[in-house]
Amino acid sequence: MTKPTTAALLLACIPFLAVCFSVPLWDRIDPMVLGLPFNLFWLMCWIPLTSACLWGAYRLHASRRPENTPGHGEGEPE
Amino acid sequence: MKPSVVAIAIIFGIILLGAVAGLFAGVRRKMNLEQWTVAGRGFGLIFVWLLMAGEIYTTFAFLGASGWAYSRGGPVLYALGYLTLAYVVSFFILPEIWEAGRRFTLHTEADFFLQRYGNKYLAALVAVVGVAFIVPYLQLQLTGLGIIVEVASFQAISRPVAMTIAFLIVAGFVLSGGIRSVAWVSVLKDSLMLIAAFSIGIGIPYHYFGGIGPMFKALAQTKAAHLTMPGSTANLGHAWYISSVLLSALGFYMWPHAFGSVFTARSGDTLRRNAVIMPLYGITLPLLLFVGYTAILVIPGLKSGDLSLLTLVRQTFPAWFLGVIGGAGALTAMVPAAILILTAATLFAKNFVRLLFRPAMKDDEVAKLAKVMVVVITGIALYFAVRSSTTLVALLLLAYAGIAQFFPGVVLGLFWKRVTMTGVFAGLVTGVGITAYLLLSKHDPFFGLNAGFVALSANFAVTVAASVLTPIQVSGFEERVEQVAAT
Repeated sequence: MTKPTTAALLLACIPFLAVCFSVPLWDRIDPMVLGLPFNLFWLMCWIPLTSACLWGAYRLHASRRPENTPGHGEGEPE
Repeated sequence: MKPSVVAIAIIFGIILLGAVAGLFAGVRRKMNLEQWTVAGRGFGLIFVWLLMAGEIYTTFAFLGASGWAYSRGGPVLYALGYLTLAYVVSFFILPEIWEAGRRFTLHTEADFFLQRYGNKYLAALVAVVGVAFIVPYLQLQLTGLGIIVEVASFQAISRPVAMTIAFLIVAGFVLSGGIRSVAWVSVLKDSLMLIAAFSIGIGIPYHYFGGIGPMFKALAQTKAAHLTMPGSTANLGHAWYISSVLLSALGFYMWPHAFGSVFTARSGDTLRRNAVIMPLYGITLPLLLFVGYTAILVIPGLKSGDLSLLTLVRQTFPAWFLGVIGGAGALTAMVPAAILILTAATLFAKNFVRLLFRPAMKDDEVAKLAKVMVVVITGIALYFAVRSSTTLVALLLLAYAGIAQFFPGVVLGLFWKRVTMTGVFAGLVTGVGITAYLLLSKHDPFFGLNAGFVALSANFAVTVAASVLTPIQVSGFEERVEQVAAT
């Protein structure tokens, strides 16, 4: 089992802070952006941004891959 | 031709197309237990994505989310929040679950508990709790499907008739092709779903207000409070949002069918890459919310928010297009329903009957019994759906709160060596007990918090405390884990 690295876990914390815990900061209508209430606009922005954070975590994971033994499924290329 | 006839013809045409795709998928393959439940563990990125997107975007996203935007307003944003965060959680735990599945040939969530904690009563409890909470989720799909056909046919076809026909078809393709059928029908379902979401999400606000921006401007002027939390509810504020997002994001892959779909992947890496792209599909959800928000202004005063999307589509578009939307909606009920039925049937046959009563059963006999259970479980859900009149929201809340109670057992089982069988057993019983008590006595939200989240916190605390108090237990994954770690 490969334990996730601290850096990857920190990357994962970003969406949790932005989408979940910070709700009192962004749950309002103004300023409306692109015609959307601010809360809806904020959450929609974090859809691609969350993907970006996970992509970063994936790069971190992939860069450690050579240390794994092939054949255990973990880093097997398809 | 009458508009109802056109719409219904197209809906059934789409359902039929789905049925053909599903039946065809299983042809020319020998359906043993391994193929039927986990497709031989051979799905690459595209099929895993199809399967997971297929089971996640259910009729709740289609009717329920727009319904919440209509009836509750701001609090509906929790659905957008948890859908995004669920994949962050999945990035870290799914590859580990898959790895355990590959090493020990696991098929179900209960198999995972059995292997990790080595206690058949715990595994059987997981199976029973899983099946018990799958039934309301299945009932939700059936009810949604009934609503769709009823509205699209201008009340010409009644809900029970529609539900019965559609579920005979679902049972049919589950029996013939297993999980592989479900992935294939997802292709059709997801393409239609995307077309439907974009055309109505953009088209409906445009038709009535000249665009999404003007629609929100009008709403902000007349009903500003509806757009933020707690919206049109009394007690769904920020504390509720945070607790609900956490509960749902953590509980998401604890669904036995979502958990089972992990095992269909070809490698752990497939699941990691899938987690990176999955959030992007969530962009369809805000589009459906736009429709719900438009409906408040255009057709206020509906008895049930669940009806808002379809009613608005019916009065805005020609009949053939109502048929396309209805067909897409029907498939979003049928695809998840198929996976739910398949999972519940396997759990019951393998992890309840065989584990507790018939240890000598062979895999082929388990598969046979599971197929009988497909028919039984479909029948039970159909009975509840016809008899009860609960809303989609209530059903989803109940089911999620219960299912999330598996989280401590799974995650601590993967990452904490000190967790014991006794701890997980005690935690699970506590969590399910508190969930049932709070929901049945109508204490949700509980002091502003999601009741399921309160139960999950207690569950976590009991699991950890009881584990520390009981003697150290060797993990069922342990031996080979050391081997891998040593290389």
